[in-house]
Amino acid sequence: MEKIREDVLILGGGMAGLRAAIAAAEYNPGVSVGLVSKLYPLRSHSVSAEGGTSAVLNPKDSFDLHAFDTIKGSDYLGDQDAIEEFVRLVPEQIYTTDHWGCPWSRNPDGTISQRDFGALSFPRATFAADKTGFHVMQTLFSRALKYDIHFYNEYFATKLILADGKPNAVTTINLRNGEFTVFQGKSIIFAMGGAGRLYQFATYAHSVTGDGDAIAYRAGIPLKDMEFIQFHPTGLVPSGILITEAARAEGGYLLDKDGKRFMGTYAPHKFETASRDVVSRAIMWEIEAGRGAKGEYGDMDYVFLDLRHIADKLDERLPMITDIAKKFNGIDAHNELIPVHPATHYTMGGIDSNVKTTTSIPGIYAAGENACVSIHGANRLGSNSTNECLALGNVAGKAAAEYAVSHSFPELDMKQIEEEEKHIWEDMLRRDGGENVAKIREDLRINMDKNVGVFRTEAPLQNSLKNIAALKERYQKITIEDKSSTFNLELEWAFEVGFMLDLAEIITLGALQRKESRGAHYRRDFPDRDDKNFMMHTIATYSDNGPILTYRPVVVTKWQPTVRSY
Amino acid sequence: MEEMVFEIKRTDENGNMKTQSYNVPKDKVSTVLEALLYIKENLDHSLSFRYSCRMEICGSCAMEINGKPHMACSTTTDSLKGQKVTVAPLKHFKVIRDLAVDIDGFLEKYRAVKPYVIRDDDGKYDSEILQTPEQFHEYLDYSLCIKCGICMAACPIEGSDPNYLGPAPLAAAWRYIADNRDQGKKYRLEIVSGEEGTSRCHFAGECTEACPKGVDPSFAIQKLRSSMVGLEFQRLFRRR
Repeated sequence: MEKIREDVLILGGGMAGLRAAIAAAEYNPGVSVGLVSKLYPLRSHSVSAEGGTSAVLNPKDSFDLHAFDTIKGSDYLGDQDAIEEFVRLVPEQIYTTDHWGCPWSRNPDGTISQRDFGALSFPRATFAADKTGFHVMQTLFSRALKYDIHFYNEYFATKLILADGKPNAVTTINLRNGEFTVFQGKSIIFAMGGAGRLYQFATYAHSVTGDGDAIAYRAGIPLKDMEFIQFHPTGLVPSGILITEAARAEGGYLLDKDGKRFMGTYAPHKFETASRDVVSRAIMWEIEAGRGAKGEYGDMDYVFLDLRHIADKLDERLPMITDIAKKFNGIDAHNELIPVHPATHYTMGGIDSNVKTTTSIPGIYAAGENACVSIHGANRLGSNSTNECLALGNVAGKAAAEYAVSHSFPELDMKQIEEEEKHIWEDMLRRDGGENVAKIREDLRINMDKNVGVFRTEAPLQNSLKNIAALKERYQKITIEDKSSTFNLELEWAFEVGFMLDLAEIITLGALQRKESRGAHYRRDFPDRDDKNFMMHTIATYSDNGPILTYRPVVVTKWQPTVRSY
Repeated sequence: MEEMVFEIKRTDENGNMKTQSYNVPKDKVSTVLEALLYIKENLDHSLSFRYSCRMEICGSCAMEINGKPHMACSTTTDSLKGQKVTVAPLKHFKVIRDLAVDIDGFLEKYRAVKPYVIRDDDGKYDSEILQTPEQFHEYLDYSLCIKCGICMAACPIEGSDPNYLGPAPLAAAWRYIADNRDQGKKYRLEIVSGEEGTSRCHFAGECTEACPKGVDPSFAIQKLRSSMVGLEFQRLFRRR
């Protein structure tokens, strides 16, 4: 057993984690900063963010407009006080990353350029071609190398240990040599990303398995609004690779199998640039009505993204998706149609936190997709995730460093730590029921796609709960055939599947109990929004008998809920 | 059912090597990464490799495929000729297990070239630094590096001199020098003009040819060398 102490311990090396690490290091050079990731930071899913990040930079734009777009996008489930504060934190982050070398796309006069995005009332998506996440990540990682930040790459976190209601330790497996490694932080930041690989057809990297949500939840930190899973309208068929919303914001069309545009029926003002929940449902309805194309890519029906009329924009403003269409599908987007289908893309829910990034446990912070502030409510706007990682990663880093300065390390709770070590080597690795971890994972994903997808109804949700219970039973009977201590991916998968099963239950239960339709959560049996009963956050708390759901009212400042249309 | 044979060079945790073959149904997979996942999920749970984004942007899954370094995720099975595919870990890196290699030394070399903007007014962020589209394109192509290590595996000098900084770190040095927001040229030129810097390069161009993202480290190294000549002239001039 190895023991490592860092004043500020950051879990996750994506955009929020890296931004937090830099902020903590800058706040006080005397504070040691450790960043633990199951990957190398640059392998994090943040690098896949494409189209842009919303920031009020133009005098014709305003914080109120950005706030209102976000609130309307959230279908009035976002906390308005948090959103108002958040939008004001963003512009500084754009300029900061510009000074650090981020290649933000430019206007001819040398200023930072902005473009339109889904459901925006002003074109405020600041972008680095269609590789925004990639470039911001390169910028942050490189900047982080200036400081004495300690990177613990490829350590897989298994458990958060609390003692007397305070953070005590995080247990991990060093994937390089199998060593059980215990990290302590005076403060701990959760920045481990979302949970999208609970689903089969997803834009997500394989690594996004909800570890942070599940680890926090099991330790007793509540999760919020987990039933709100965003389906991005344009996942490339059949791989699910993201085709950025910027493709439509730059003028791209969605076409049915006969080449007819259909978004006018569903969003008479915004057409293809309506919010993601609206566009994804429209595509699914078109497919259900038999107007989807089929045949070429297995069982999945799809519609088309047409960029032929904006071919001149592709090389400068959409180079990556043009390249992706070519490399993965052999399609030349300049003169051919791209097959797309809604794909799981973002986890609106997460650790119950706020715009100060604090959680129910003093000294534990959350930022990025791992957190639920809630800024995004029932549906995140495109261009509102990377800005959150930057702005609130920065807040979390400073707050955690400040906390670390005035607190000391608690004595390690060896009893709990040794239990976890035993659990890994004597329970997980020695189970011998013959169940294949990968097969359980596949069955879980099929269940989530089928029963807890874009459209939800009572009976399939009940089925999902039953399926998850059965999968949990099978999970008790797994056999991890790989017994190696070095780079044991199968053991990592086993932990991830355990995390995902817990989250799947929370998501399904939340969806079942929310008898209304709001944002990305659409109940066929309750197709209307019900502000009287459900303008509430779902709070899920761990118990040995399964999640306990309670509800908390949304914070409204000046925007009363009205009918939402695009 | 049509099958492809994946012949994988494996190394266990004790360094023992062997080559193992797996038959993968062709219609179940469309890329080499999918084939590796298929093998791990269905045929052999012990196979180890790195992967994450599966869209050629995170840089995890670089490996040698049919004798050349490639990203497994973006190498489609259709693009591979014949029924047999050989897969091996990247050359010039120490193997951890199977196809996963140690990239820490590579990242240290990257760090050594100070791959970040250096400015005298660091810390003042109240507006952007103007950058015309022309200035922007001076460095943009060099900023596309995903740190996959493919160029390091392709570079013949890396094979004979493991201390050589190598293509990706040198391209990163040029990427920041060419950025008008940066003022750190003199520090970086000093680093890359050292014994293990640009002088080692023979301009074979393998790095540029192998890069999956269209970065041209070979040209960056030429640019660095001509900047160094300029610096030498300045020094001479000053001495007079």
